[in-house]
Amino acid sequence: MDTTIELTVDGERRAVTVDTRTTLLDALRERLGNTSPKKGCDHGQCGSCTVLLDGRRHLTCLALALSYDGAEITTAAGLARDGLHPVQQAFLDHDGYQCGYCTPGQVCSAVGMLDEASRDAPSHVTEDLDVPTTLEDLTDSEIRERMSGNLCRCGAYPGILAAVRQVAGA
Amino acid sequence: MKELAYVRASDPAQAVATVADDPDARFLGGGTNLVDHLKLGITTPGTLVDISHLPLDGFEETADGLTIGANVRNSDLAADRRVRAGWPVVSRALLAGASGQIRNQATTGGNLLQRTRCVYFQDPTTPCNKREPGSGCSAAGGYGRYNAILGASPACVTVHPSDLAVALAAVDAAVLVLGPGGRRRIPAAELHRLPGDDAEHDTVLGHGDLITAVELPASALARRSTYVKVRDRASFAFALVSVAVALDLAEDGTVTDVRVVWGGVAHKPWRAERAEDALRGRPLTEAAVRAAADAELASAAPSSDAGYKVPMVRNATALAFRRLVPALAEEDR
Ligand SMILES: Cc1cc2nc3c(=O)[nH]c(=O)nc-3n(C[C@H](O)[C@H](O)[C@H](O)COP(=O)(O)OP(=O)(O)OC[C@H]3O[C@@H](n4cnc5c(N)ncnc54)[C@H](O)[C@@H]3O)c2cc1C
Ligand code: SF4
Ligand code: FES
Ligand code: FES
Repeated sequence: MDTTIELTVDGERRAVTVDTRTTLLDALRERLGNTSPKKGCDHGQCGSCTVLLDGRRHLTCLALALSYDGAEITTAAGLARDGLHPVQQAFLDHDGYQCGYCTPGQVCSAVGMLDEASRDAPSHVTEDLDVPTTLEDLTDSEIRERMSGNLCRCGAYPGILAAVRQVAGA
Repeated sequence: MKELAYVRASDPAQAVATVADDPDARFLGGGTNLVDHLKLGITTPGTLVDISHLPLDGFEETADGLTIGANVRNSDLAADRRVRAGWPVVSRALLAGASGQIRNQATTGGNLLQRTRCVYFQDPTTPCNKREPGSGCSAAGGYGRYNAILGASPACVTVHPSDLAVALAAVDAAVLVLGPGGRRRIPAAELHRLPGDDAEHDTVLGHGDLITAVELPASALARRSTYVKVRDRASFAFALVSVAVALDLAEDGTVTDVRVVWGGVAHKPWRAERAEDALRGRPLTEAAVRAAADAELASAAPSSDAGYKVPMVRNATALAFRRLVPALAEEDR
């Protein structure tokens, strides 16, 4: 059953016709031609399909497009619209990738994660839940834990960690 | 995936009526479990009733504590200052589950009603009484490392995967439900059930029952609470075992009241009442905690594959108490 919804993708308002079963990931890649988010596992387990949705990091493979009618989506490609985003530049500076397949998801996840940390969101490794979280508190173990939803089959984790650390300013 | 109709619910009563009238309809929350199951062919509903846009997404402070709307996202519940201070076990359990992205999407109601991660349940080519009643249980004689050690039945030997459910049982939370027959309030510890000869049903809820909110009552117990989770890797994995502990201690170190709830060991969050009884009214020591865990584990019946969970849950319980009372370990040395 086809329905037309509206999405704002990387700053552009787009109408897109989807089946009830179309995921946001397939709507972006197959219908709107935005191949920035990647299909790694299609089951929520790898993070390569991560985008920023209404400002927060969000998977697109376990999301039915119809449920997100009207949403505002920024992909890694959209982050580079006015020159590279500081997180993207940091990935270059620190070799935060090898094949690059996981990278758009890593970048969006890092942008969303840094925003969460700056808004006092704790993590599993935060020792004291009463102490406000700030970007400066992001130790390596905090960064690893907060980025654990993004797998890298090439094992570029040391570079990814260094890149995120640079942007956090810790 | 089979053809599917989609309805965006406009209010809770209408959502309940739509699902209750159609045996083939399901509520769609954040979708992190249900959409996965549509892809795997585990469930084949005819209609999805999308409840994720219903205004059930607020926190309400009450005389007794805090009421959490069913659509509050796992990340927002975990980060809430009141929850971190008053019910730290709830924050800790959520933060130990899934990933940052998934927690931004997953809802409070959906988390409690997520289905088992049993590998056979997730593989429609194998027999599974939970997915297809009467077909048999592949896990009983199969890959058993994740199996239950308490309360299992020949019909089903799996465990419940939710970390949040374990934490809620430890703070005497209640689940508010709107069903075809009206509203009900169910203690969180009584939401999930043991399999018995009916593996199909995870909870006491019926078709068309909508979780609308979760009540967190404030207490001294809840304020001093924590969660320990043991996994196959450091992060982003389901529990092998987990432990939620809430503790009220008198000034002289006597246990005034206590809750011990185990995850990863049974078809439901396992309230270790025998362990609680062994601890209540007595001085808290590490030896007492270990003896209390053993009292509970006397009824454990693990298969050889899952036998490691017995010492693991005992050790994790001791660790949880040490986190709440750091002096414990030193006293016993
Ligand atoms: C890779 C991965 C790792 C994960 N790791 C963990 C983990 O470590 N620990 C953990 O606890 N969880 C984990 N999860 C599971 C995750 O927490 C759940 O998928 C999520 O909480 C479900 O919430 P949802 O809103 O997305 O539910 P949905 O997928 O929308 O729904 C789940 C079920 O609940 C029903 N439902 C939803 N809302 C309501 C309601 N209000 N009333 C009645 N019925 C309702 C739906 O019909 C469906 O049957 C993981 C998931 C993934 C994909
Ligand atoms: S343990 Fe339960 S869920 Fe797993 S195969 Fe057996 S019946 Fe199915
Ligand atoms: S493709 Fe979405 S998490 Fe792997
Ligand atoms: S760079 Fe290849 S998967 Fe991460």
